[in-house]
Amino acid sequence: MNSPDLNKQIPNVVVWLLLLAMPYWLPAVGGYPELGTRVVILGLAAMSLNFLLGYTGVLSFGHAAYFGLGAYGAAMTIRYLVPSTGIGILVGILIGTIAAAIIGPLIIRLRGVYFAMVTIAFGQVFFFIAIRWNSVTGGDDGLTGWTRVPLHFGFTTIDIQNNPLAFYYLVLVLFAVAAGIMAWMLRSPFGRTLIAIRENERRARFLGIPVDQHIWMSWVISCCFVSLAGALYALLNNFVDPRALYWTQSGDFVIMAVLGGMRSFWGPLIGAAIYVVLQDYLSSQTENWQSFIGLFFVLVVLFFPRGVLGMIRRKVMS
Amino acid sequence: MTQLLLFNVFNGLIVGAFYALMALGLSLILNLSGVINFAHGGFLAIGGYLAYTLIPYVGFWGALVLAPLLTAVIGFIVERVLIVRVYGRDPLYSLLLTFGLAFIFEDGTRFIWGAQSLPFQVPGWLMTPLSSDYFFLTGYRLFMVLVVAIAVIGLFLILTRTRLGIRIRAGTLDLETVSVLGVNVRILRNMNFGLGVYLAGLAGVLAVGQLGLQPTIGASLIMPSFVAIIVGGLGSLPGTLLGGLLIGVASGITTVFFPSATEAVIYVMMAVVLLIRPRGLLGEEGRF
Amino acid sequence: MTSDMFSKRIDRRTVIKTAALAGVAQITSPFVITARAADNVKIGLDNPLTGTYAAVGKNELIGCQLAIEQINAKGGILGRKAELLVEDSTSGDAGTAVQKARKLIDRDKIDFLLGNVNSALALAMAGVSSEKGVLHVVPGGHTDAITGATCHWNVFRVCNTTQMEANAVAGTLIKDYGKKWYYITPDYAFGHTLQAGMEKASATLGGSKVGGDLTPLGTTDFSSYLIKAQAAKPDVIIFLVQGDDMVNALKQAVQFGLEKKIHLAGAQQELEPLEGLPPEARIGTWVFEWYWNQPGVPHVAEFVAAIKKKTGRVPTARTWFGFVSTWTCALAANTAKSLEAVKMAKALQGFKLPPEIALMPDGAFYRAGQNQLIPNLYVGNAQAKGSAPDDLFHVTNVVKGADIAGTVAESGCKMTWPA
Repeated sequence: MNSPDLNKQIPNVVVWLLLLAMPYWLPAVGGYPELGTRVVILGLAAMSLNFLLGYTGVLSFGHAAYFGLGAYGAAMTIRYLVPSTGIGILVGILIGTIAAAIIGPLIIRLRGVYFAMVTIAFGQVFFFIAIRWNSVTGGDDGLTGWTRVPLHFGFTTIDIQNNPLAFYYLVLVLFAVAAGIMAWMLRSPFGRTLIAIRENERRARFLGIPVDQHIWMSWVISCCFVSLAGALYALLNNFVDPRALYWTQSGDFVIMAVLGGMRSFWGPLIGAAIYVVLQDYLSSQTENWQSFIGLFFVLVVLFFPRGVLGMIRRKVMS
Repeated sequence: MTQLLLFNVFNGLIVGAFYALMALGLSLILNLSGVINFAHGGFLAIGGYLAYTLIPYVGFWGALVLAPLLTAVIGFIVERVLIVRVYGRDPLYSLLLTFGLAFIFEDGTRFIWGAQSLPFQVPGWLMTPLSSDYFFLTGYRLFMVLVVAIAVIGLFLILTRTRLGIRIRAGTLDLETVSVLGVNVRILRNMNFGLGVYLAGLAGVLAVGQLGLQPTIGASLIMPSFVAIIVGGLGSLPGTLLGGLLIGVASGITTVFFPSATEAVIYVMMAVVLLIRPRGLLGEEGRF
Repeated sequence: MTSDMFSKRIDRRTVIKTAALAGVAQITSPFVITARAADNVKIGLDNPLTGTYAAVGKNELIGCQLAIEQINAKGGILGRKAELLVEDSTSGDAGTAVQKARKLIDRDKIDFLLGNVNSALALAMAGVSSEKGVLHVVPGGHTDAITGATCHWNVFRVCNTTQMEANAVAGTLIKDYGKKWYYITPDYAFGHTLQAGMEKASATLGGSKVGGDLTPLGTTDFSSYLIKAQAAKPDVIIFLVQGDDMVNALKQAVQFGLEKKIHLAGAQQELEPLEGLPPEARIGTWVFEWYWNQPGVPHVAEFVAAIKKKTGRVPTARTWFGFVSTWTCALAANTAKSLEAVKMAKALQGFKLPPEIALMPDGAFYRAGQNQLIPNLYVGNAQAKGSAPDDLFHVTNVVKGADIAGTVAESGCKMTWPA
């Protein structure tokens, strides 16, 4: 392994070390266990969105819908079918992915703002189903009366129910799997094709690349991982409510991706960390925290459009 | 039953007219500048609050005229200072910018006027039903439809008869050529944004006549306007108008038969339209 | 307006001050946190300050703040200073509310948890507080389950159950306005239980339901529901929606002239929506859970004056909820002579609030085995103008909570205590 390759690995190593050690350094800087878990889960959601947004160049503003479907899928499975965390997560992913696969063909021909508008609007369908189909989803009150259950393996049991640390590491393992798959995909020919489409869709089309299929695939993959994040989010709160699929939640994911840096793999995770911590901090400081968050959006757009990592990279390059 | 249905169709038209007013403003800005204005609901709230503040000084009628104009002025400024910076960039940034503005507007109105909803009074003679059978045709609701009609006719007159309007329409089709022909695109976009925000302000004043005036008033009205634009077809103002009326009637009819789908039905309608005509009912091929 | 702005500034300053303190403490190191924990008794309020419930949440906060001032003026909690930590739970995002509850409990090490206005969030928070064994007082989340089916030994509630509100008003409505009711009900747990309560109460008195609609929270246009309601020809339209939805619904009903043909009424009504309505729409028969204009009831005038001094406005039931909740914490600790949640919860079983806190003609007590406060309820009519600009409700009948609360067994609460 030569030194430029080694250099490339440094960010990965740093990120993993920080994540692995999070429960040990977070309290020292004023955090608390759930905050760390939340950062990782929302970071996963933002990274999944970025698969589509940053690497395929398609602007989805409706990812909250699939995040929420994953959450409801997991919660309803545990509540109504089987008290198993694993099956809950699987069902959550399945529901979110299937919904995305079905909606995909309706929207993949659209681009830019139009794509954004239609994804938001479709997301609202699920929001209204969640809020009005009271007998099943719990409606506006959310779905209660269930909790995540300890993981039973043949040889041992991991108590993710009462031990926040165990739950954090479960989340981290799933995050690692998801991040690994996404990184692998982006490095594969398929991922290269996505980037080609992002850079010049027309040229890609002329080269005979089935652009619509690729965008559909990218959309489904992105929604698949975002529904995993949603399922974990439901488990974190032991609760799920329709706000998880409201369109403003999608906006949060987009700002996380942009804030960290859309063109870098870890960017959205860093964006999520900054955003979650900032929101957590501001909303304890002032009841007008919304203004500050809004102002933050404006500042990011005006001054940091490349995100934190984009800026750092530019500095390093120059 | 037929009567109930008929009533709800009428009622849906009234509600739809209101959605259309919101959607037209959004549509104007979107067509010329490619910006989805998430802050539209915020401008609506500002229109309502300004009217509330102005009424003691200028009366309801004065407020009806002044509040939308003042809202438009705020729109001008916002466009000049902020929105102008995201033109020509990835649409992502305009989305995030206006999304952030929406937060600021909601919180700002709460900061200035308080979270408590405020009593807003319209002239008493507008507050009565016109007939006891058609009790839902109140003076105020007819008045609302009338104002919407005037605004829509006015808008179309501006767009077809004035130089500004013709430029806006031309710019919607091909901004580059318009710019090459010597039109100051900056001013054009600014005026256009102001016009769109004016419609939001007007919708705000009309809304508070029958809704409670509180900071989140605009939030629940913006999504139906989106759907109106998508159903009607992007790039087409008559389409937006049609879309607004259609979704109003659709949710009116649904209330009679399947009340819990009242909100969802407009999205289902949108899905069907997209399936059959991806560009929307009156949308033009090849745009966006 | 000026006084309003003034009050806002004070609140924000207090919030910032507490928060800044917390901020400094967390940056400097864990040692400071333990040091601080020894000094102050901490009460964490996790309640909406933004969104739909911002107005009522804010009023509860003001009540809490007044109570904290009074508690500290009277020697604090077990001789230590009481401190209020405030977190915005948002109006509907359970993820945030739960996270804030954990933050208050895990990091800030609060001794008491207060909240939430939103019943669903209150239930979600109760899950956290009972898991951690922290004494939790719900000021204003009404759904029956909180002190019913999902009651916990550590969760107490100040506001009424929906069944109590229904029982309080049903008799008057049947007697004076008619037996056929049409319901306009918000589509969430609070609305469902309130409507069920109203149906049950009216059925025992010979009333009947001629129809009803469930409206989602945040409904703006009620016209199609009102058209249906009118077509069903009821004697009374029962509005069970709350807050901004109540404002929208009543405003539109009055524009349709429905109040001239059908009596408009409901169960729970609050001063906040009445203040948001134009005078001609301040109508109908309702239940208030507390009202500021109670001539002859001791200590009420002082409370009203204290709040007016703080905010320039009269207190609402929400202000009182916040006030009572916070005082409950202090009283529990001082009676139990301990900050152990189990001891305090035991001390509160059947605990009667002192008159200067109950502020009601017959007083109020926490019913043992259910942890539900049993107060007076005020039945009456909304009015366009009363003796004072803020006097928008005319009380016709003060109901004793004990007469309408049913039994603990009926509430469905089966309380289990930690071993």
